[in-house]
Amino acid sequence: MGITVNGTDVDLPDDPRVSLLDLLREELHLSGTKKGCDQGACGACTVLVDGQRILSCLALAVQYEGRSVTTIEGVGADGALHPLQQAFIEHDGFQCGYCTPGQICSAIGMIEELRRGVPSHVTGDLHATSIPYSRDELRERMSGNLCRCGAHNGIIDAIAETYRANAQPEAAE
Amino acid sequence: MTPFTYSQAADADAAVRLAGGQQAGARYLGGGTNLVDLMRETIERPTALVDVTGLSDRITETDGGGLLIGAAVRNTALAEHRLVRSRYPMLARAILAGASPQIRNMATVAGNILQRTRCAYFYDQAGSRCNKREPGQGCDAIDGFNRMHAILGASPSCVATHPSDMCVALAALDATVHLTGAQGERRLPFADLHRLPGDEPDRDTVLQPGDLITAVELPALPPAARSAYRKVRDRSSYAFALVSVAAALTVENGAVTDVRLALGGVAHKPWRASQAEQALRGQPATEAAFQAAAAAELAEATPLRDNAFKIELAQRVIVAVLGELAGDGA
Repeated sequence: MGITVNGTDVDLPDDPRVSLLDLLREELHLSGTKKGCDQGACGACTVLVDGQRILSCLALAVQYEGRSVTTIEGVGADGALHPLQQAFIEHDGFQCGYCTPGQICSAIGMIEELRRGVPSHVTGDLHATSIPYSRDELRERMSGNLCRCGAHNGIIDAIAETYRANAQPEAAE
Repeated sequence: MTPFTYSQAADADAAVRLAGGQQAGARYLGGGTNLVDLMRETIERPTALVDVTGLSDRITETDGGGLLIGAAVRNTALAEHRLVRSRYPMLARAILAGASPQIRNMATVAGNILQRTRCAYFYDQAGSRCNKREPGQGCDAIDGFNRMHAILGASPSCVATHPSDMCVALAALDATVHLTGAQGERRLPFADLHRLPGDEPDRDTVLQPGDLITAVELPALPPAARSAYRKVRDRSSYAFALVSVAAALTVENGAVTDVRLALGGVAHKPWRASQAEQALRGQPATEAAFQAAAAAELAEATPLRDNAFKIELAQRVIVAVLGELAGDGA
């Protein structure tokens, strides 16, 4: 059994030392996913595995046998940007762009966590059935993705706008 | 990374068997968020990895009204579980205060427990001496930049701290660890799992080679329904604790009838604050009593060059969290 990347079945590496990040970049030439710190501190390598966001630099590829990986190359339709990609452009959600693929994959996973009702460090009521899409919530939930250019405000704006339909009044601040 | 073989264990018995065939060079692999990083730094050099993410990832109620948490439960899954949120809020809060969402999605419960210190000298293989990494080598943290280091239970060999938030809550909650290994299955109070460094700081826990954590059990603990976790760190998210406090408090007629207290960021192990608990039981739930209890716990705290602030910080955070749990009465 192999691993599915953006809908395509690929073989797992023979060497178990190969990280999921290096499999994507070096063997599959999907260089959208970025290697930032390579030690789990920056979030640039964030990808989705079965819809959940993880850090591909700390993932040994062999551990993900049979799983479905989505990278930045797989989030949009052919020739069409994902709405969040478009929103990052409109809101200046990047400068150098190095953290952007990780930011976008992370945000897509993050929204699913919000919809599922996963609380965060800043969630006031652990028993709340729905969690506000407030800026504080979005900022806390995106704190695993660093942007050294300082585009965080634009990033949060882009995420808030894209998912405004789901948002409660707090997100309109 | 140095080369290793990789295998997946379908269950605990298979894991122990697979690891046992590899002598002392085998390590169990959970989410990989700490071990893979340490292997890349060649601080950890296992010859074999046995992937144990296929072990139980279920959370079930026990007959006694507690919870049995499978070793492979991911940190996110534990924090979002309905019964964890309602019965042990300090545990949900502690997990959510740790790492980042991506890491919490990967990391397992057992892996969180067995993660290693983030002492910068432990990591700096090329430039620093470390008794935890190389026994007998010496410790460059003791006279170095030790702002993040221990104030309680340290030794001349090691002043590292345990980095976990989750474990601080497990210490306060009287959790039990289910183990299996060469000697078969056994159970260990969570408080007895991690060690103080003494003169063997290379040993983080009392586990023997091949021992495998299969589950963590939480007892029925009604007082824990009113509990909290507060973490003080250098930035508001995604940073290790300077000091953290897990606490549960029950007050009846103005007096403390039950209190559970543990500290993070201050010692080589999650620090159960037994002396503070003892000082507080039966006392009025007042700020003065909270101050006295915190002072009792911290009486033997020993500062290093850069971390004396942690003593006062721990004092204040303990008092603040207990006051918050006591409500307006304190």
